[in-house]
Amino acid sequence: MSAAVHEEHAHDPAHIRKVAMWVFLGSECLLFGTLISTFLLYRTRTGDGPTAAEIFDIPFTSISSFILLMSSLTMVLAHHSTGRKDWRQMRVWLVATALLGMTFLAGQVFEFTGFVEEGLTVTTSPFGSSFFVLTSFHGTHVAVGVLMLLVTALMSYTGRWRPDAGMDVELVGLYWHFVDIVWIVIFTVVYLLGV
Amino acid sequence: MTGNRGLWHWLTTTDHKKIGKLYGVTALAFFVVGGVEALLIRLQLATPNGEILSADAYNQMFTMHATTMVFLVVMPAAAALTNYFLPILIGARDVAFPRLNALSYWIFLFGGLFLTLSFFVGGAPDGGWFGYAPLSTQVPEVVRMDYWALGLLVLGLASVLSSVNFITTVLTLRAPGMTLMRMPVFAWMATVVSFLLLFSLPIITIGLLQVYLDRNLGTAFFSAAGGGDPILWQHLFWLFGHPEVYVLVLPAMGIVSEVLPTFSRKPLFGRPFVIFSGIAIGFMGFGVWAHHMFTAGLGPVAEAAFALTTMFIAVPTGVKIFNWLGTIWGGSLRLKTPMLFSLGFIFLFVIGGLSGVTHSIAPADSQQHDTYYVVAHFHYVLFGGAVFGLFSGVYYWWPKVTGKLLNERIGKLHFWLMFIGMNLTFAPMHILGLNGMPRRTYRYAEGLGLDLWNLVATVGSFTIAASVAVFFWNAYRTAKRGEVAGNDPWDGRTLEWSISSPPPEHNFDVVPVVHSEDDFWHRKYTEDASGNAIPLAASAQADPGHPETIHLPSPSYYPVLSAAGIFVMVVGLVYLPWGLSVVGGGAVVTLWGLFGWSMEPLTREDHG
Amino acid sequence: MTVTTAQHRPYPRPRDYWLIALILGVITAAEVTVTYLDFLDAAVAPMLLVMAAAKFAIVVGWFMHLRFEAPLYRRLFLIGIVAVPILFGAVLFTFGILIG
Repeated sequence: MSAAVHEEHAHDPAHIRKVAMWVFLGSECLLFGTLISTFLLYRTRTGDGPTAAEIFDIPFTSISSFILLMSSLTMVLAHHSTGRKDWRQMRVWLVATALLGMTFLAGQVFEFTGFVEEGLTVTTSPFGSSFFVLTSFHGTHVAVGVLMLLVTALMSYTGRWRPDAGMDVELVGLYWHFVDIVWIVIFTVVYLLGV
Repeated sequence: MTGNRGLWHWLTTTDHKKIGKLYGVTALAFFVVGGVEALLIRLQLATPNGEILSADAYNQMFTMHATTMVFLVVMPAAAALTNYFLPILIGARDVAFPRLNALSYWIFLFGGLFLTLSFFVGGAPDGGWFGYAPLSTQVPEVVRMDYWALGLLVLGLASVLSSVNFITTVLTLRAPGMTLMRMPVFAWMATVVSFLLLFSLPIITIGLLQVYLDRNLGTAFFSAAGGGDPILWQHLFWLFGHPEVYVLVLPAMGIVSEVLPTFSRKPLFGRPFVIFSGIAIGFMGFGVWAHHMFTAGLGPVAEAAFALTTMFIAVPTGVKIFNWLGTIWGGSLRLKTPMLFSLGFIFLFVIGGLSGVTHSIAPADSQQHDTYYVVAHFHYVLFGGAVFGLFSGVYYWWPKVTGKLLNERIGKLHFWLMFIGMNLTFAPMHILGLNGMPRRTYRYAEGLGLDLWNLVATVGSFTIAASVAVFFWNAYRTAKRGEVAGNDPWDGRTLEWSISSPPPEHNFDVVPVVHSEDDFWHRKYTEDASGNAIPLAASAQADPGHPETIHLPSPSYYPVLSAAGIFVMVVGLVYLPWGLSVVGGGAVVTLWGLFGWSMEPLTREDHG
Repeated sequence: MTVTTAQHRPYPRPRDYWLIALILGVITAAEVTVTYLDFLDAAVAPMLLVMAAAKFAIVVGWFMHLRFEAPLYRRLFLIGIVAVPILFGAVLFTFGILIG
């Protein structure tokens, strides 16, 4: 990295926090990569339980995937509002993102309870174990993201809102988009390629 | 809010130097614990059919000795020196995220206490530090391996957070003029280590989670009966485990790269090569993991590939060795204790590296695997390497941290006792291994030809123990009546020697402007035609730098609170299902800590 | 907010974000459609991977602003992204599962 670029960003808190977030996201790639690889190893080991083709409902999952994709749109619009210091708009988009995220999660819960009823649980087979652990791990990340979105929206109401608010939303946004792109991979590799 | 002493001050500190001290003291304490575990092992093996330890106790000893030394001693010792010196070496006032830094320490401490707790509640982990499945996933009613899996998860979290912190610090907080290539080699190695941890820990995090789920939820990740594959665990573990050994040794290599030039009064020979070989070791460290699995039935293609990559990784290490030798060659050597330990590092690490190269030959490794030959190899690189390197750093930087110099004569006694003891202990293990003595077996029969060298090794181990006692005596004596060090007792080359011993809380009165590598040296000396150092006049050394008002991060109790919550959570997770309420309680505490933290400004100047 | 200098491209406007979202939706629909077209047979897998990669790159590049910001962020993320297929490709290869 050239000395010139370093001087430009030197000690800028916004830059420092973004570097940290990208470093963290690089690490998260390995986390999900391990889970996805475990799944790829075990996806045909279905034992006595159902296979992917038998149990997946592609139309349903496509809709929830689309919902999560759209939540990335609302997220980036929330971030854009902070640039214009339009806090009301920002809150609207943050809450919209959280609602879309919660809808996605509700869809996951519905889908999983259906699978359990049809005979696929986390202990049925390696396929079941790796599928549920991967998707639950992702779902937990979504839930944490929803929590952060709501807390950020709430904090903007209180007097403790700091002048670098745009940065907080940007960091939450980076995390949220990452969770979305992980799902892009999961949807394709687990669901679409599984059937 | 409170004075500079007292428990509360230490519990809430966010100062990287204090956090470094906390890591250092904790690492030393666990060094004694891990050492005692080793001595018990050696007592048991001193004679055939030993009766000091039962088989069960022996399993716990070798598991915990390794786990303690790797995760609770060597890594935190490196963290101590990195925490203390990385910001100073790059001309910064602190790390990028001081409270996150504190959190890493407290999570580490609670993780170590969590592992130690197991001894008192039915037995410590006993499945080896590498926890091979299905041994580690069987017998869920005995919770020892739950302590192991959860303990490592907690410790891994501490390290990942540190890595994010250090990488961000190096990328954003270097002093003006300090380009990456002007950064001291120790700072570079700390950066490579952070990247290694950043990318290897997530892999084992998932593996450990899978072990925990196999044990507690009945999943089928590593259970052959359930359709899973235990070999997957080996891959996941060693994908982390191999980069981990470079995590253990690179800081020591960084220290050697600082000590040798100082005590040879010569710049580091081939500095860019030393840096690039460190980076190469980092990258290549991810490409050799299956050399731990040569007897796992991977097949000839995989085995050949990993044999080759393992042979290749010797190259960048060799580059470092030759550059270190080039540094010493023709230098004006001062054989002070830090220098002795660094020279000892080179000698002992080369021996360990050579036995490592013999491991790379897959067919030869088939005989060596699971014998004491391997134990010899890794103790030469980890004890002769990492530990000697760390002690070099300890003696080198002790005066900067405490303001007093450790006694030279006692230090030399420590060095020679440790050097002799180390060789007495581990050299015979090459022979024992090639003669077939297996690892992790609590006793051996008479008449196998193993008696003599085991006895020698035990004598050696107690020699090491004596040397450690000498070190503690030196530390105690220095605290009572040690020689005052001054700013620059070694006529050093890097920025830490330009400030007081110990440094002020804000590190630098004025942030330095850096013009070259070894900037401090060039502020003290210029060179004449034949390359001799000519001292500059004191006035010529002053550099105005950038005057500014200094804002230091305020203390905070949220890091220790959040870490305590995590401790409570993992205890609850061991004892499911009734532990769920405990997990909930711990989660509440952690969330309270994190939320309070997010609302608290970093610097609270208007508070008393 | 991050300082936008001559070094960085200008950021997208809300209208651009809506357009990108539309593109993402179209690609998703294409992905789903492709899985139902049996005549494509073995070509389905590579097509799906390419489409998923495209969505991935679009979200990372535009929504996460990687295209418009300091090269450092790109490099940091790339290490992780590149490491995963290489490392786990090797692991899966040893299990006899050839990927991609």
